[in-house]
Amino acid sequence: MTQRPTNEPEPRREEAPRRSSGIHDTEPVVTVENLDMYYGSFKALQNVSMNIKRNRITALIGPSGCGKSTFIRSINRMHEIVPGARVEGKILLDGEDIYGDDVDPVRVRRKVGMVFQKPNPFPTMTIYDNVIAGIKLGRKRKKDELDGIVEKSLRQAALWDEVKNKLKDSGTSLSGGQQQRLCIARTLAIEPEVILMDEPASALDPISTQKIEDAMDELKELYTVVIVTHNMQQAARISDFTGFFYIENMGDPGRLWEFDETEKMFSNPDRSETEDYVTGRFG
Amino acid sequence: MSSLSTTSSRYRQRKMVDRIMTGIAYACTAVAILPLTWIIIYVVIKGLGAWDLNFFTALPQSFGDGGGVRNGIVGTLVIVGLATLIGVPVGVMAGIYLAEYGNNRLGYVIRFMADTMTGIPSIVVGLFAFGLVVGITGGFSALAGAFALAVLMIPVITRTTEEIIRLVPGSIREASLGLGVSRWKTIMRVVVPTALSGIVTGVLLAVARVAGETAPLILTIFGTNFPLSSNLVNAPYTTLSLQIYQLGKAPSPDVVEVAWGAAMLLVIIVVGTSILARLIFKGQNVSGR
Amino acid sequence: MSFFKELRRGHRSDTIFAGVALLFGLSILALMIGIIAELWQESLAARQEFGLSFLWSTEYNPGQDLYGALPFIYGTLVTAFISILIAGPIGVGIAAFLVEIAPDRVNRMVGFIVELLAAVPSIVYGLWGFFALAPFMRDYVVPPLQSVLGWTPLFKGTFPGPTVFTASIVLSIMILPTVAAVSRDVIRAVPRDQREGMLALGATRWEMFRGAVLPYAASGVLGAVILGLGRAAGETMAVTFIIGNKPHIFSSLFDQGATLASQIAGQFPEAGGISLSFLVELGLVLFVITIIINITARLIVSLVSKTPKGGIRA
Repeated sequence: MTQRPTNEPEPRREEAPRRSSGIHDTEPVVTVENLDMYYGSFKALQNVSMNIKRNRITALIGPSGCGKSTFIRSINRMHEIVPGARVEGKILLDGEDIYGDDVDPVRVRRKVGMVFQKPNPFPTMTIYDNVIAGIKLGRKRKKDELDGIVEKSLRQAALWDEVKNKLKDSGTSLSGGQQQRLCIARTLAIEPEVILMDEPASALDPISTQKIEDAMDELKELYTVVIVTHNMQQAARISDFTGFFYIENMGDPGRLWEFDETEKMFSNPDRSETEDYVTGRFG
Repeated sequence: MSSLSTTSSRYRQRKMVDRIMTGIAYACTAVAILPLTWIIIYVVIKGLGAWDLNFFTALPQSFGDGGGVRNGIVGTLVIVGLATLIGVPVGVMAGIYLAEYGNNRLGYVIRFMADTMTGIPSIVVGLFAFGLVVGITGGFSALAGAFALAVLMIPVITRTTEEIIRLVPGSIREASLGLGVSRWKTIMRVVVPTALSGIVTGVLLAVARVAGETAPLILTIFGTNFPLSSNLVNAPYTTLSLQIYQLGKAPSPDVVEVAWGAAMLLVIIVVGTSILARLIFKGQNVSGR
Repeated sequence: MSFFKELRRGHRSDTIFAGVALLFGLSILALMIGIIAELWQESLAARQEFGLSFLWSTEYNPGQDLYGALPFIYGTLVTAFISILIAGPIGVGIAAFLVEIAPDRVNRMVGFIVELLAAVPSIVYGLWGFFALAPFMRDYVVPPLQSVLGWTPLFKGTFPGPTVFTASIVLSIMILPTVAAVSRDVIRAVPRDQREGMLALGATRWEMFRGAVLPYAASGVLGAVILGLGRAAGETMAVTFIIGNKPHIFSSLFDQGATLASQIAGQFPEAGGISLSFLVELGLVLFVITIIINITARLIVSLVSKTPKGGIRA
């Protein structure tokens, strides 16, 4: 149990800076305002509000069933695949409400990419084609341009060296960890503003997980990342901000219980439930 | 980065393609609905006019007013009934074999054969029945026709029975075996009754399929306009479907009208049986939920 | 555990029951073998008389005892191929509609209608095709078609009504349910994460279908189409009623023709001796053709779907 905070925020930051620049230095790229989510008549999320800062990693943690995955899917409107799913409230992307009347989810997803829990490369496509699968939907590009995009994306996903000589192999010929990095490369290729990751490493072995975490640190320079994770050590290691989701009783809608800098969340959070969770008192 | 509301020409083009393809999918579905509506309406219009008391009670005639389809109705009931009597025990038992004992190479082969058999044209099965049964008895008969239809029913019943028995939860079997009930009694007294509505559905669907068959019957019962003989083993027979074919070919429109009446009756019987089969299955759920 | 090991353990009544079940299972094999044997046997006379060359002989003249099978093989294959050319894409379109677009209620209604289409007896299709569709085609469809394409060999000549063309259209309606139902099952089986992966890249629904669903389901859909082809080849009553019974190698679809099945059904009442044996020989050829088509289709489909080893139902 760490010490209670003093009333001096400044010294705390100087004492143990984990980032070279202040993590508050950037403006929010995504602003969530009073978001409720419904599946039919069942309320899955209640009054979630948060700011996702640009070029930072925001982690979402919490026990199973508290709405983390549901919430992250609302940021790229993926929940709408399920009939009867709807939201109330706003999510602003660069100031524009993605749930505005004229907004097509197709365009939102171009700017907000997603990596899924289970790697899902397209089995009928080569590694090369997998990476450019999203690019091919847009305007026509020349072969050299595509080659460049493939290399750049695979490098950013820390996969280039392992596959550069077998780009024509099937996407599923890779190991699980490699497949997931391929999916990351695929998402990076379309250069989204925000990358959502729904427990991207939970199906992978520790070495692959490590590689992905290393990649994420570099990704931060260019992209904004939101990651749902069950692995608290992972959240503490890599993220700048952390949001804790929680429900008090079964059947309640999920709520954002607390949201703050990761350092604070893991050393002396404001709320006792947060503290119980991060210290492992319940799963 | 472009905002969410500006549109590029590429985006508009993609949306247009999406709309067109969606429209094509709708169109394909309409193409399926149109002929069915047309057929049903046409059959009803042409057939209703033929329905009167004479239609149901008289014998058919290839001339004059075409007579009636009493023969056909009785014949269909008898032959389909006989075929069911032959086909159901064989099909259900074969299905039980595949479900309970068929997880080996032999089962694989039998399963494959059964599925392949569902694809054999009915006329070929008719040739088989002709060679076998008519060859033995020396003449066309209701039995030969029923045998042909049974051969058509068996593979279908086998596979539906197998699938429905596989759906019965293992916990039910374990409960019975755990009480000391022997394996075969578990199957026949516990598993099969649980699966019964599904099995009946499969049987009804097979019945619906063969009730409308004509081709194999041309080769096995041959057809007749005389009163149906009680000799099921060595005398020509007829069914509703066969009468439709034979009357429909006639040059006289009055005779053809009887064919339409018979067609409407047959459609009602076949479609009705199919619907009945689905309703039975919906009513009960084999997995017990 | 081996079936026979299991037989030796346990109560005797269980053993007997298992044996009985096995017997019934084997009866399926017996039937299959019986069909092949019977066809082989009954066609003996014709096979001895004409030899293998009858397969490509076009001389068909019963009066002079000349029997070639090619006109019928040709008729069967041409009508089947044309019908699948029409029913294939439309069937897949229906399947795509049912799985990707239609809400629940519409789904059930359309599914029901497709099943009804499958339930209508073949002879009723024949009647309708001859009395309703043929005149309609002659009066409303063929004239515009002929004005545009009448110069091509495919659409030459006057259109009497009951023709190869009409028969093929009726066939395509009849096999539509098969293609649609099997395609629908295959398309539905494509895992959700494939669809989500494509959508997450900003794809429209069609782009998702074309890029992620169709390639994944391709072999299964192909199997569905081939299955439909097999059914079309075996269809008898509708074709017999509509195709006109003119055994020859036709070049125009507006002409009349004959298929293996229509010939057997049509000529059987008059046949005897060698001509009967010839019909059985035609049946043997039809059997072989449909078996090959069906096994090909099922092998392709079973590579994709999840059912117990060895079985796919359509």
